[in-house]
Amino acid sequence: MPRKPIEITEKIEYLSILDENANVDAKLEPKLDNATLKKMYRFMLLGRRTDERMLKMQRTGRLGTFPQASGHEAVSIGSVSAIEKTDWHIPAYRELAGMLYRGWSLEKIILYWNGYEEGAVPPEGVNDLPYCVPVASQLLHAAGVGMAMNIKGDKKVALTYFGDGSSSEGDFHEALNFASVFKAPVVFVCQNNQYAISVPLSKQMNCKTLAQRAVAYGMPGIKVDGNDVLAMYVATKEAVDRAKAGGGPTLVEGLTYRFTPHTTADDPKRYRSEDESKEWFGKEPLTRFAKYLQNKGVVTAKELEEMEAEVDAEIRAGIERSETLSKSEELMNPLAMFDYLYGEETEHLKAQKEELKQYLEHKKKGKKQQNHTAHAAGSAK
Amino acid sequence: MAGTKEMNMAKAINLALHEALERDENVVVMGEDVGYDEGVFRITEGLVQKYGEKRVIDTPLAEAGIMGTAIGMSIYGLRPVCEIQFSDFANYAFNQMESHAARFRNRTRGQIKTPLVMRMPSGGGIRALEHHSESREATWAHVPGLKVVMPSGPRSARALLHSAIQDDDAVVFYEPKSLYRLFKEEVPDEIETFPIGKAQVVKEGKDLTVVSFGASFRVALDAVETLEEDQDVSIELIDLLSISPMDHATICKSVEKTGRLVVVHEGPRNLGIAAEIIARVNENAFLSLEAPVKRVTGYDVPMPYFSKEQFFLPDADKVALACMETIKF
Repeated sequence: MPRKPIEITEKIEYLSILDENANVDAKLEPKLDNATLKKMYRFMLLGRRTDERMLKMQRTGRLGTFPQASGHEAVSIGSVSAIEKTDWHIPAYRELAGMLYRGWSLEKIILYWNGYEEGAVPPEGVNDLPYCVPVASQLLHAAGVGMAMNIKGDKKVALTYFGDGSSSEGDFHEALNFASVFKAPVVFVCQNNQYAISVPLSKQMNCKTLAQRAVAYGMPGIKVDGNDVLAMYVATKEAVDRAKAGGGPTLVEGLTYRFTPHTTADDPKRYRSEDESKEWFGKEPLTRFAKYLQNKGVVTAKELEEMEAEVDAEIRAGIERSETLSKSEELMNPLAMFDYLYGEETEHLKAQKEELKQYLEHKKKGKKQQNHTAHAAGSAK
Repeated sequence: MAGTKEMNMAKAINLALHEALERDENVVVMGEDVGYDEGVFRITEGLVQKYGEKRVIDTPLAEAGIMGTAIGMSIYGLRPVCEIQFSDFANYAFNQMESHAARFRNRTRGQIKTPLVMRMPSGGGIRALEHHSESREATWAHVPGLKVVMPSGPRSARALLHSAIQDDDAVVFYEPKSLYRLFKEEVPDEIETFPIGKAQVVKEGKDLTVVSFGASFRVALDAVETLEEDQDVSIELIDLLSISPMDHATICKSVEKTGRLVVVHEGPRNLGIAAEIIARVNENAFLSLEAPVKRVTGYDVPMPYFSKEQFFLPDADKVALACMETIKF
């Protein structure tokens, strides 16, 4: 009965392939074809520019409050490009680039943040869930989806995301535990941007890394330079392959930085120093990847410029479509709030729908009368 | 002509689970101790042996985990039937049910559905320890997008559970645990379903309507039978069965006939199911009322420890008193 150390064999690695100066580790570099590399960059760019445009829209009253995603493109695209269409993508709310990559249209994204449920309807042809606002709760859905894949004998994987703050929620722990116990094919990707609104990671947990939490649940964990899209791809691909081979879940921590406030409603100067922000802005994910692509001869400077113009036009068109849709009779119909709650219409909701309908008609009549009176008063003058 | 079999409610629920697993390969049963332990109330008897560990799943001890993964499984195409060991522990799972099970269909305009059942033993009367006896059906019924049902015996339990499992929405299935082995009843050999959202007039009458559900329904039935034997009264008794959606039409129709109403339930009175029933009667049948509506309910305190739980619970005398006061008003 001695007292002795227990061997914990799991080691937590850190992975970086493409550094901030675009130096690449040739031994670790993934073998991706030019078309894929180009596509990855294009969606990182589309995500970034959409995010920036949405901020302008928000500031001019054309969009609701939304959590910005600038800075998170490499975590999102590096991981999402490692799964197939038939796999499952279960986002939190900073996976803008990845959702666009999966086929969510710009108008859907804009509609969602502009207060239309239609923006939460997943696109056809992929297995995606919509944005998830209550943090960490979506991780359990991913674990359940993975458990269901095992029950059905499907060789697929569920890829899901969460932030560093979410890792303090009970649902995070339950999700990792369930997934591990049932060897569910799930990849848990942490968008570790080091702040939960204003609270720094040091106040969120007292561990060296987030990735090491994997050890406690009996699954592999890896910490990755989250601004390095190649490293994110490699780490996720390994996890996806392992999951599909029956090896269970993996925790991938992508270390990154929010270049923006948490949402359009807070001021990061209250909790982050400008020096710190400046340092992280220098590690930005798009610049280094663009340089890498140029160095490799995948794209030319001219092509990058053209891509900017294409993306710009695409965003403009998306905004236009969303604004047309958001004014359409179908999307503006308030009575639709009653139509999708249950599989079948209940008497109770039918009555409430009728109540609102009559109220709206009553209001319309009142307005007509008011206009009429105003008009009459005007002509009397 | 199909026959019937006599069984208690525990057996009837177990039968429904066997039948559901047998007829639909997408049905899975999951929860704490539902496997080889066969559930702390032995409701999942024989399931794991017959359907295997893939479809009868002993989960880690985490209610949010159970319901959250069940939501994921239901989105994937399975029909999880989850057991929460005691309804009091469902509080852990509230966020998953409120934020997701109740909303996926609505927020995806009908594209994603979550056909799952959250079964849970509830209520007092079995001398259980603290945190094992509450009735919080009103809390769940308050959540738009969830359905909440509560049977009052073997036949309604088996029929409602089939309805809940076949339903494409999330259903909270309350099992009044004091009834598990209280009495037996004839249950048809053929699978039957009771439509969710429909109450049943169990007994017709003309002087008073009594509405109840779950274990309280048995108490109300006792009271009504005694009163009709001892007094010259005729009472209509309604088993609510479906708490949400609530079938107020059946209640109002009865009140239009009797002019008087007593509502009996075990959960606390404040903003309870009776309050909602009375509000709907006021909205739809106010002019038929000849007396104020009385409520016989649990009090607005936590369930007392079991040495005094009988004083908290509605009993036949409390119900009889309320009935006579209402009739004589």
